[in-house]
Amino acid sequence: MPILDRNSLDALFDVLKRRGFNLVGPTVHDGAIVYDALASTADLPVGWTDEQEGGRYRLKKRDDEALFGYVVGPQSWKKFLFRPAVRLWQARRDGDGLRMIPENEAPPKWAFIGVRSCELHAIAVQDKVFIGGPAPDPSYRAQREDLFVIAVNCGQAGGTCFCVSMNTGPKATAGYDLVLTEILEPAQTPDGAGRHYFVAEAGTERGAEVLRGVPQTEATGAEKAAAERIVEMTAAQMGRTLDTTDIKNLLYRNFEHPRWDEVATRCLTCANCTMVCPTCFCSTVEDVADLAGEHAERWRKWDSCFTMDFSFVHGGTVRSSVKSRYRQWMTHKLATWIDQFGTSGCVGCGRCITWCPVGIDITEEARVIRETGK
Amino acid sequence: MNPWIPCPAEVIEKRREALRVYTLRLRIRDEAARRAFRFRPGQFNMLYVFGVGEVPISIVSDPDESGFLDHTIRVVGKVSEALVGLNKGDAVGIRGPYGSGWPLEEARGMDVVIVTGGLGCAPVVSVINYVVHRRDRYGRLKIFHGVKTPKDLLYRARFRAWQRHPDTEVYLTVDHPDRQWKYKVGVVTNLFREVRIDARKSMAMMCGPEIMMRNTARDLLAQGLPADRIHLSLERNMKCAIGFCGHCQFGPRFICKDGPVLRYDRIRDWFGIGEA
Repeated sequence: MPILDRNSLDALFDVLKRRGFNLVGPTVHDGAIVYDALASTADLPVGWTDEQEGGRYRLKKRDDEALFGYVVGPQSWKKFLFRPAVRLWQARRDGDGLRMIPENEAPPKWAFIGVRSCELHAIAVQDKVFIGGPAPDPSYRAQREDLFVIAVNCGQAGGTCFCVSMNTGPKATAGYDLVLTEILEPAQTPDGAGRHYFVAEAGTERGAEVLRGVPQTEATGAEKAAAERIVEMTAAQMGRTLDTTDIKNLLYRNFEHPRWDEVATRCLTCANCTMVCPTCFCSTVEDVADLAGEHAERWRKWDSCFTMDFSFVHGGTVRSSVKSRYRQWMTHKLATWIDQFGTSGCVGCGRCITWCPVGIDITEEARVIRETGK
Repeated sequence: MNPWIPCPAEVIEKRREALRVYTLRLRIRDEAARRAFRFRPGQFNMLYVFGVGEVPISIVSDPDESGFLDHTIRVVGKVSEALVGLNKGDAVGIRGPYGSGWPLEEARGMDVVIVTGGLGCAPVVSVINYVVHRRDRYGRLKIFHGVKTPKDLLYRARFRAWQRHPDTEVYLTVDHPDRQWKYKVGVVTNLFREVRIDARKSMAMMCGPEIMMRNTARDLLAQGLPADRIHLSLERNMKCAIGFCGHCQFGPRFICKDGPVLRYDRIRDWFGIGEA
């Protein structure tokens, strides 16, 4: 198992760039850690961490130079794979007929840097939705095709994290080309800096090949043990827990429950939870045409089950009450998803809790229903 | 194959059915695509009007008649308005066919009980026509149709024509009759007080307002019809028809893939709940 030092990480970025990958990963922007283009490791949130609670997110300086010393921010990798707005096709009038013009997307060759275990699971969930069926979505597939993933095992848990409950982390177990565990040893002298290195492991042959191009040393037993200890400590720090025992039937049994009315008095139906959720896949379409009526396009855009329009059928909206919309979202995420795709729609990343403006907590809602329901 | 791209087609005939209700006969322009198009009654297409949008519309023509596809469209919004504004020779896009069909194979040898209500009963027109043209495969055909007032009875001539077929019974009812009304009065489920169905050998298929279908299912069950021989066609908001957009979810089901025709015993737990 190789060890990369801080400089080797830049060498790793260079190897990927030479192979034609576009590097994207965490970077600080507008007071949050978001995913954007990375030129070098200096673009990473060096020395930053985050504090998260229900309805609260703050960046804070760390007292070290950690590159991955925070958890997940408001964005997820779905913004690259299932993009917020994508043109599906164009059409032209062709005499009396239509001429359809498909989109021919060149695969962008993404390299995702710093993907957490919960997010690897979220990508696997969206893979099932978009490319797991008989008619795969061409746009998602094009973005996904050459994807190179560098995962990072979480060195700490956030206040709203519950991946341990969802069995989705904090240790990355599949779905990556390379996985890193960042280790920051305490300084030996009061004014010195501690050792800073990464324990690396390849998950694919392609990952192993990339890794071979980077300066490295072989990990000692102590270094391997340090990496193991870090994920164990993270697992013990989860800010939230969610009891998933028979959760599908629990929610099916409690489709009628006073708690849905109660949560409806707090929920603003703002749709934040669905936007930040790394698995939410709902979309709408928009048709546009030029003024001459010669050229038309169809776009797909992210949509949310929290809007009134979402379930509109001529004559009215099926889910007009706030209660019914929150219930739809949470029941889908934790229960009906299992029937639809054979997996939970929740990966325990905690984003919906952090980014809810009123701090509604899916783990709390599920707990109350379990304690008071049928 | 890109599942998002409509197949160019043209309107070859337009027929007015009732106020703001038209049937468009469409032909896919590409011959190979036209020949390859196969569907079952109960399935639907997404119809695209250039620059306006796309809506799900059930196919009402006979699956064995090749070369064209009929769609009965009632004006309910922007896209349906644009669709019925099209004329012979105009272009449309077709994606489909999508969804589940009516259980016409399972119903062979059985009585077929059709229950419809309200204005939009296009999905059952396909099954009625299918049975009428293959009379020897099925037992009795019983059609129950309820609307609010006599002027909401869209296919009056068609109901008369169906009634003249052998072994076919048509029962019409309105909530609010006028002086000329000579059929029944009351909600469609009232008809089951007078008309018995043979629960041992009937297959029920229904389409209409959900409250009507709920009550009908209750009454059919009370007559002894097993829940797995009751089928219904549901309508939900739909943007993609291929399981991506999430809009048509009904409990764990996607109406576009698992429906629109669903077997009652599989959805009864969800069907009774408001705003599901």
